[in-house]
Amino acid sequence: MAKPVVELESVVIRFAGDSGDGMQLTGGRFTSETALSGNDLATFPDFPAEIRAPAGSLPGVSGFQLHFADHDILTPGDRPDVLVAMNPAALKTNLRDLPKGATLILDTDAFSDRNLKKAGYEANPLEDGSLEDYQLHAVPLTSLTVGALKEIEGVTAREAERAKNMFALGLMSWLYGRETESTTSFISTKFAKRPEIAAANLKAFNTGYHFGETSEAFAVQYEVKPAKLPPGRYRQITGNTALSYGLIAAAKLAGLELFLGAYPITPASSILEELARQKAFGVRTFQAEDEIAAVGAALGASFGGGLGVTTSAGPGVVLKAETVGLGVTLELPLVIIDVQRAGPSTGMPTKPEQADLLLVLFGRNGESPVPVLAASTPGDCFYAAIEAARVALTYRTPVYLLSDAYLANGTEPWLIPDIGALEPIHVEFAQADGADFLPYKRDPATLARPWAIPGTPGLEHRIGGLEKQNETGNVAYDPENHDLMTQLRAQKVAGIAVPDQPVDHQEGADMLVLSWGGTYGPVHAGVRRVRAAGGKVAHAHVRWLSPFPANLGDVLRSYDKVLVPEMNSGQLLQLIRARYLVDAVGYNRVTGKPFKAGEIADAIQTAGVSGGR
Amino acid sequence: MAAEPKLTLKDFKSDQEVRWCPGCGDYAILAAVQAFMPELGIPRENIVFISGIGCAARFPYYMQTYGMHSIHGRAPAIATGLAVSRPDLSVWVVTGDGDSLSIGGNHLIHALRRNVNVKILMFNNRIYGLTKGQYSPTSGQGKVTGSTPMGSVDYPFNPLALALGAGATFVARALDIDKPGLTNVLRRAAAHEGAAFVEVFQNCNIYNDGEFEYIREDKEARTYLEHGQEFGSTGITHDESDFATAFALAQLTWEKDGAIPLGVFRDVQRDSYDELVQAQLANAKGNGDLQALVGSGDTWTIS
Repeated sequence: MAKPVVELESVVIRFAGDSGDGMQLTGGRFTSETALSGNDLATFPDFPAEIRAPAGSLPGVSGFQLHFADHDILTPGDRPDVLVAMNPAALKTNLRDLPKGATLILDTDAFSDRNLKKAGYEANPLEDGSLEDYQLHAVPLTSLTVGALKEIEGVTAREAERAKNMFALGLMSWLYGRETESTTSFISTKFAKRPEIAAANLKAFNTGYHFGETSEAFAVQYEVKPAKLPPGRYRQITGNTALSYGLIAAAKLAGLELFLGAYPITPASSILEELARQKAFGVRTFQAEDEIAAVGAALGASFGGGLGVTTSAGPGVVLKAETVGLGVTLELPLVIIDVQRAGPSTGMPTKPEQADLLLVLFGRNGESPVPVLAASTPGDCFYAAIEAARVALTYRTPVYLLSDAYLANGTEPWLIPDIGALEPIHVEFAQADGADFLPYKRDPATLARPWAIPGTPGLEHRIGGLEKQNETGNVAYDPENHDLMTQLRAQKVAGIAVPDQPVDHQEGADMLVLSWGGTYGPVHAGVRRVRAAGGKVAHAHVRWLSPFPANLGDVLRSYDKVLVPEMNSGQLLQLIRARYLVDAVGYNRVTGKPFKAGEIADAIQTAGVSGGR
Repeated sequence: MAAEPKLTLKDFKSDQEVRWCPGCGDYAILAAVQAFMPELGIPRENIVFISGIGCAARFPYYMQTYGMHSIHGRAPAIATGLAVSRPDLSVWVVTGDGDSLSIGGNHLIHALRRNVNVKILMFNNRIYGLTKGQYSPTSGQGKVTGSTPMGSVDYPFNPLALALGAGATFVARALDIDKPGLTNVLRRAAAHEGAAFVEVFQNCNIYNDGEFEYIREDKEARTYLEHGQEFGSTGITHDESDFATAFALAQLTWEKDGAIPLGVFRDVQRDSYDELVQAQLANAKGNGDLQALVGSGDTWTIS
């Protein structure tokens, strides 16, 4: 008999387990099912830098949080409504994030004395009453899985046990009435070479699903209706995948070949891996011996007339600084992508932060201006990559594109772009016209110098890191010339055409919240909460950090209060205070976790928003 | 190729005034390279010289080809990006012992390991000239310089042994003022498909004068490797395809053995990095349909 169905507007689920428990896969599958069910969603995979920390240990816990709703949402959710914990360590590290009354689904088989000890539990939380504030579902996930798989031949006990994540996925799929066909076909494809493993995982998944249907432990089933998103065809996408596609699109729009120089580094490596798969698009990927060679090779490719790109994270970006400076003075196109992570030094490699802004703006010797933009959501990484390439190619300059670990791995539904509708990038290589070639004679509109690539007869010339005479490009130490060239390089970047700063204004608001980069989701969600409570607040999210939009100063000066939330110690804050002399205040936290909408709402209230509460 | 007027040495001279110290060995190398270039039969626009930093690194400014004077040690990396994306070009790297063996050591060995189609000319004067005379990674132990007043305690690199160890498919040595010997090595390097490493003994008459006096002053003392022939009275019959032979010959020194080999130590054929990359692009599956790529995976429609 079908169980009663309760309708919910939105749900936040977190899957947590050992790094080897397959939590990322489980979360990813549930996300796919959810996407196909038509909900809006946002995800936050949160995993340790260690590939396999000791089993059952606290540092080894890997989590995947998913927020899905029948309406438009912006974040993976502040606090999980449901926690699926595969062992005591997963319970211990995640329980503090749960509100009272939240649902707990625990694998009781994993609560052995040994595992409890590893997680630092003195007593078994299943028995000591410490979980009585939660709706506890204690399910022997492992033994139910192993029992169900007994009849499948060729599957070892260990392999059977490892399928427990599919049991959990099946159970959750039933609980929220998810579409299951995509997972069953996924399992068959993924394990096509080992049919017995495919059969085991399918069986575990189905057993979990039926357990939900029949077990008295679950009295109701939930339903979250499809969200009303803009019409069109959707897929889900991570920031790094979107960024990779954006780079391919940019090269295509410019009619150039894409060259990626990269050295493996978390959380940027998946861009290298994605592009390495796309050779059919003429993409060359070069896994260099180090970060310096990666950017050097990209610059070499640009010198040859390609779209040279390098990808990295903070510790690698630092190493590239000298070559970026060379790119500034050579005035060649180059896109440098910094997928920011928590620092300093190695910091927390898998955790997001936005503390490289001042590094990419100023972290070079001499006066060396570089345009900088930042992506705001996973799907936006696609468009940001095209924009970065467009500016690099149009103005012949290195461009920094900032992403972060949260955007890189987070997913959201993505309205599939119409490639034919994207604006082409106009690129023209210099050709000999009989006159003496002047490699540093600038286009008066853009101040870009000609891009004269090897292979062009009559334009043989030499460029280098030494200061150059204006127009001829010859080595020059003349004092006035150096001053002039410094000004020209600065003017070129300052003159880049950047769209005016849009503002999400609210009638009566005297406070502006100014954010940038990967915090768009939680900051805007926080703004919405304040508005829902009657507060009057405007929001502007900055895309171009250098140059700033021409109207940014006017925008800032039209509000009495400006609050700048950043996952750093106040970097954009410092820039706008210095540049526009506005008495802005910051909200600054570096926890290695994305902002929560709730804390942003609190920060807005604390900063003295008018109305509400 | 269309019939074009044959180029001469003059065609490869740029309009820039050469600014090495009078008497520098670099002049002789520049003259030999400019004289050799027409023989390549490659239009100037398809030739690129890339350098790092140091005295040798000024070289591209004086060549009427495409050129880049880049940053310290990184020329092999920049040249790799260019050579891989533009296999139609003839790409040369000019570097020194500090540029390629100290700050750029990593890029050098990896360019050689990958067998990128670049010709690397390493001017070895065993000193830092542009920074005014500090010891280099090829300076001998005990070398007294500005930064080693009591003598260097470093053990020097053997550049040829290093290149061989890195898997270089072409390794040779020449002497700055030995035009025939240098030209022969340039010719062989240019003909080699893949990475070529050429050490050029180069005299710095300001900070390390006389380093190679024994063969610069005495033409008779210049001894050349010949494939299939015994080198001197060493009992080693040269075989350009045999690693152990090349490695053994690379160990010979004037001080210890009274003879130092010039010429080609190793020349073997192996697919170049550029060709292998090109082949993967050509063999890639898929039709390059970007609309299909962005719409791949599970999709759903909202109406």
